[in-house]
Amino acid sequence: MSTDLPVLKPADFASDQDVRWCPGCGDYSILAQMKKVLPELSIPLEQIVFISGIGCSSRFPYYMNTYGMHSIHGRAPAFATGLKSSRPELSVWVITGDGDALSIGGNHLMHAIRRNINVNIVLFNNSIYGLTKGQYSPTSKVGHVTKSTPLGSIDHPLNPISVALAAEATFVARSIDVNAKHLIAMLTRAAQHKGTSFVEVYQNCNVFNDGAWDYMKDKATKADNVLELENGKPLVFGNGEKGIRLNGLSPEIVSLKDVPVDDLLFHDESCADPQLAFLLSRLKHPHFPEPIGVFRSVERPTYDDEINRQVSHATNEQGKGQLSDLLSSGDTWTVE
Amino acid sequence: MISTTDQFPPTSKPSESVNGVTVRLAGDSGDGMQLLGSQLTNTSALSGNDVATFPDFPAEIRAPRGTRAGVSGFQVQFSAEEIFTPGDGLDALICMNPAALVTNVEDLKPGGILIVNSDSFGEKDLKLAKLDKNPLEGDGLEAYRLIQVPMTKLTRTAVAETEISTKLADRCKNFFAMGLVFWLYGRDVEPTLRFIEAKFRGKEDVSSANRLALKAGWNYGETTEDFASTYQVPAAQLEPGTYRNIMGNQALALGLVAASQLSKKPLFLGSYPITPASDVLHELSKFKRYGVRTFQAEDEIAAVCSAIGAAFGGNMAVTTSSGPGIALKGEGIGLGLILELPFLVIDIQRGGPSTGLPTKTEQSDLLMVMYGRNGESPLPIIAASSPADCFNVAIEAWRVATQFMTPVFILSDGYIANGAEPWKIPKTDELPPIEIDHPVADGTVFEPYRRNDDLARPWAIPGTPGLMHRVGGLEKEDGSGNVSYDPQNHQKMVNTRAQKVRNVANAIGDLEVDGAQSGLLVLSWGGTSGACRTAARACAEQGKSVGHAHLRWLNPFPKNLGEILNRYDQILIPELNTGQLRLIIKSEFSVDVEGYNKVQGKPFAVSEIVEKINSMLT
Repeated sequence: MSTDLPVLKPADFASDQDVRWCPGCGDYSILAQMKKVLPELSIPLEQIVFISGIGCSSRFPYYMNTYGMHSIHGRAPAFATGLKSSRPELSVWVITGDGDALSIGGNHLMHAIRRNINVNIVLFNNSIYGLTKGQYSPTSKVGHVTKSTPLGSIDHPLNPISVALAAEATFVARSIDVNAKHLIAMLTRAAQHKGTSFVEVYQNCNVFNDGAWDYMKDKATKADNVLELENGKPLVFGNGEKGIRLNGLSPEIVSLKDVPVDDLLFHDESCADPQLAFLLSRLKHPHFPEPIGVFRSVERPTYDDEINRQVSHATNEQGKGQLSDLLSSGDTWTVE
Repeated sequence: MISTTDQFPPTSKPSESVNGVTVRLAGDSGDGMQLLGSQLTNTSALSGNDVATFPDFPAEIRAPRGTRAGVSGFQVQFSAEEIFTPGDGLDALICMNPAALVTNVEDLKPGGILIVNSDSFGEKDLKLAKLDKNPLEGDGLEAYRLIQVPMTKLTRTAVAETEISTKLADRCKNFFAMGLVFWLYGRDVEPTLRFIEAKFRGKEDVSSANRLALKAGWNYGETTEDFASTYQVPAAQLEPGTYRNIMGNQALALGLVAASQLSKKPLFLGSYPITPASDVLHELSKFKRYGVRTFQAEDEIAAVCSAIGAAFGGNMAVTTSSGPGIALKGEGIGLGLILELPFLVIDIQRGGPSTGLPTKTEQSDLLMVMYGRNGESPLPIIAASSPADCFNVAIEAWRVATQFMTPVFILSDGYIANGAEPWKIPKTDELPPIEIDHPVADGTVFEPYRRNDDLARPWAIPGTPGLMHRVGGLEKEDGSGNVSYDPQNHQKMVNTRAQKVRNVANAIGDLEVDGAQSGLLVLSWGGTSGACRTAARACAEQGKSVGHAHLRWLNPFPKNLGEILNRYDQILIPELNTGQLRLIIKSEFSVDVEGYNKVQGKPFAVSEIVEKINSMLT
């Protein structure tokens, strides 16, 4: 690592703009953790770009003293793809929400992920449309009563982790807004992964959907409701008293009083086959504890590497193109 | 100069010299008419003629065989004089089946040559073309010089020695027709022989069969008594220089690469396949060694957004599409406008609305690109006037985009995109460079929306130390670029963005008039330029006071447009829409304007415009 890089502190990443999220919003914690993660990456401020769509989360770039673009609803992955393909040396982050990424921008999310463009996508999931004041989102549960669903939502929700895995993601993780240590670890892993990194963050909207993730946060319930994934380790939760094992193709909860740890399902984030990661993504409250951590981390060529490899390969093989040759290629004739 | 080979000896028949010829080749979509047409174009251009073409094909890849809907045509005019259109009435029509005959014969001049493949006029063929009786029988075609050639049988015989299947042999009959047409007009076969060799490399039997079919067609002309003479079209008096034949989308691709090199900005194309724009994507994807990156996006929206991302990163960014795609890109283009980043949005127009007529031409997107975005959102718009002009337009648009820091629209259309003409290849060292400055930190507070005299903001790109800044779709505070909801600031920013686009008029030069400076003015834009110029000149030759002016920039207009319009008693605006430029002209200038409008998926015939001018002058 170069020694002449300035040592950056979290405060160096704060822009001069006032943060205007509602007091108590989970976004504050994510912003704070991001500012702690970035100085550790030894990337100069000017090499970092935050691109967002539309929604509460998408105000994020305004608060970072890096390059940034607050783009249009749902399209941030497409802007990021154009930028990263043509400027592969930049560190590009996409900040999005459940409505932005999974509803209006579902197509772009899917295609960025399957191309494995080397950007980091952080999806703030609060299961509600906050900026438009409280309509149900693609991750809202069936029955959720909101301004646009007075009798309860009848839409079956999407599972962001399952969606990312189905789109052939190479890095998928989940964390929780206020779990600072864990969130820092996940954002750091995402930054280090080469390829599209997808991180879902359970984020509380204290105005329109307060307490949506309390079962994952409350001291009284979190031990039973959170399954912290650790690579190579058995799936244990409930203060070390419970675990998850496979019964045929289905997971089941067992007590470690009855079942030896070796019989449990072991996590393998680098498994080439995405089945295990997908199975873990389906573990949902209240039937199962919900996993946080890295679901999947595998290597695959990145789109930005490949598009630039083709350009340099063509240049090396055929020589750098001369405009005059190009213009006069094909059959020509001369008029005297 | 016509070079012949041992295989293709020069004709011993008398040769008649003519000034120009318009030929249409018509057949089934699978008959290879587009290939035949492009070969005839190429060889005519190489022999020094001025050339203009009009390919016309169905939207279906393989429309039902033998039906009228499946007819594919290719019209080419080659001339010893400077020409601007593919011609009106046909001197010769080559028809491969009955459907092609009935859908095209009315465009053939009386006395014109009508060559048909008589082998494809069986009962089944007639039924497919929905004909009760054989048009070759009876006196329906008496006005023409009908020449019936059993092309299928003759081709099969000619290629027999290669022992290829009958199916493959029948696919050679377009080369038979080509041989006959080449013989009739004394065209050079050499480029086509080279084409066959390259195209069918590794398939020696097919290659050789096509060569034999070509030769059989040539010999048929020479030996049969159907043809008393051949026709020669001498070389045109074109400006000295090196030429090549070029299609509009090809010229556009080359112009984009040239603009990229002149500005030293790597080219990034974000595009989604759509007719008739896809060929620009295909062309540019071949030019990787020129530093070109092409991204086939997941949809039209992602295509424009990726281009904006690349523009933010300091690239020469481009997105290409046609009407339906441009409609989808609207929100993204609006963002690009408020971000004040330079990039090009290229609309190869086709018949609309909705999916409309994908393979047919129209000029009906002008109002969409002018006004089709939310909010007050003016953008510069330039339109290409001909296939070769696409090259210049690409460079000019990028020059304006970077000088004024704005997205710029380029309008082309299906007629220009697929049409071809000779192009005088520019000397690259004579093309002026496009100067671009990226700011660097100077110790002062960086203001991303501080403007220069043109009202352009600085293009600070990621990677530049000390200039970190955030852009976005929310209204910007003048200077700082911070989000601002201040009423007076919004007023100021809307006015400033509009003034910036008006300032482009300082960079685009004056409008010039060809012909009379008073009387009747024909005002055109886009691909109708050639027909309008030819028509105006034809009327002027008859002593009428008719001038022609062609608008390259539709927004802003050249500064002297108002003054020119006021000089004329009558103004005619022919457009392939229902009067879109006319609407803008009438709203901007207090002048009476007459429209001549057509939306039939076809370009104007010169005669149509001449007739309209004459009707206005009587």
